[in-house]
Amino acid sequence: MSEVSVTENAGGPAPAADRLVVLDHVNKHFGALHVLQDIDLTINRGEVVVVIGPSGSGKSTLCRTINRLETIDSGSITIDGKPLPQEGRELARLRADVGMVFQSFNLFAHKTVLENVMLGQTKVRRTDKAKAAEKARALLDRVGVGTQADKYPAQLSGGQQQRVAIARALAMDPKVMLFDEPTSALDPEMINEVLDVMQQLARDGMTMVVVTHEMGFARSAANRVVFMADGRIVEEAEPNQFFNNPRSERAKDFLSKILHH
Amino acid sequence: MNVLLDYLPEFRDGFLGTLAITASSGLLALVLGVLIAGFRVSPIPPLRAFGTGWVTVLRNTPLTLLFLVAFFVVPQILFQGASPFVLATLALGFYTSSFVCEAVRSGINTVPLGQAEAARSIGMTFTQTLRLIVLPQATRTVLAPLSSILIALTKNSAIAGAFSFAELFSVSKLLNDKGYTVAWIFLWTALGYLVITFSISGLFRLLERRMGVAR
Ligand SMILES: Nc1ncnc2c1ncn2[C@@H]1O[C@H](COP(=O)(O)OP(=O)(O)OP(=O)(O)O)[C@@H](O)[C@H]1O
Ligand SMILES: [Mg+2]
Repeated sequence: MSEVSVTENAGGPAPAADRLVVLDHVNKHFGALHVLQDIDLTINRGEVVVVIGPSGSGKSTLCRTINRLETIDSGSITIDGKPLPQEGRELARLRADVGMVFQSFNLFAHKTVLENVMLGQTKVRRTDKAKAAEKARALLDRVGVGTQADKYPAQLSGGQQQRVAIARALAMDPKVMLFDEPTSALDPEMINEVLDVMQQLARDGMTMVVVTHEMGFARSAANRVVFMADGRIVEEAEPNQFFNNPRSERAKDFLSKILHH
Repeated sequence: MNVLLDYLPEFRDGFLGTLAITASSGLLALVLGVLIAGFRVSPIPPLRAFGTGWVTVLRNTPLTLLFLVAFFVVPQILFQGASPFVLATLALGFYTSSFVCEAVRSGINTVPLGQAEAARSIGMTFTQTLRLIVLPQATRTVLAPLSSILIALTKNSAIAGAFSFAELFSVSKLLNDKGYTVAWIFLWTALGYLVITFSISGLFRLLERRMGVAR
């Protein structure tokens, strides 16, 4: 994978080199439902973007189109200058560069924690076993579950499982990480242990797209907040600006509901 | 009683014949069934259509008709001079593969979708996802129906006897024609089948228990 090739700047004005994920006029329907309406979104290298919005506004769908777990009807998505290919080997290769963390963890239930973190390395990256195990253990230590390496996912708490899932994604050395409500399925006391890991990742310069309702995380880690409603991006702003001074009525309405109760 | 002793070699050959045809067509059915189940859940539409066609045709055709095709049509086009064993294996294996396919497919459907999505999201191809993540987790639920399918196969193999392949059922027919007491012949024949079917269900119960412990 050479990084040398000059990306064809599709007529865009911004410096192409730093634009890692670019969504251009993306539309998607589920039957009659227009879930993504003309989405334009650019995520720069090293940027942390938090996506918030009411339930059903299309946040998960947006997240999932970026690694093509959902296909789109029109528009284009490019990652590091390359448009998302059709389903197949090439798409698989590209997905390896895009880490994804799910709300429900989705750790491989029949594999141990260590194997979960090794599998992508050995089967997709073709790293040899010893190296993969070494890296997996280092990553598990980094997210604080090193002692659980030989257990099965079902034997771990939700917070531990989610941290393993983050380690599993990191093992692929992704260019960007997508998080779809990573703490929504967790008991309150476990939310922080996962957010701490994500904070650290953000500080280390990882490019991240995070769907979350954790305002604390958004304020302290995000460079930008994207507010979605009814399949549209209604507002984009710096976290402080967005939370203290939202421009749109939809955002004001939404914030008043989640901040005061 | 002594029909067994008098014709021990015939009974033994018949038993081994049934065993051999069951094993070979069972193996063929397993391989084809898993492969076609993969086709049926694949993202490639022509493969899916092929899988659906395969199952629809084979599952809804009487087995005897498949034997007729295998013995009287196939040799004229493809395998000239193929032995009855090979032809019977084809008929039984293809027929049974459609049932194996459906059992495997319903097993695949019991594995949560998130497992496959997680696999794809770390860059596994469709085949890797199926082989490394989905099928291993489907195996447990597939074992019970698979055991029934293989037992049905054992009994279905009797049809091969009518097509000049020496197995248990053809032996019993032979001795029947010679005028031995029907009851004894049937008893010994049935016992032969029981040995095989009991072994199959025992083996699968063992496998189920082993897989239960593994996690
Ligand atoms: N596979 C699907 N088939 C049909 N409709 C779907 C599908 N997935 C999502 N939808 C619908 O699309 C809309 C957007 O869903 P999405 O999951 O993207 O919303 P969300 O913003 O993530 O909501 P939440 O906060 O509840 O997770 C919803 O109305 C949902 O019912
Ligand atoms: Mg969602």
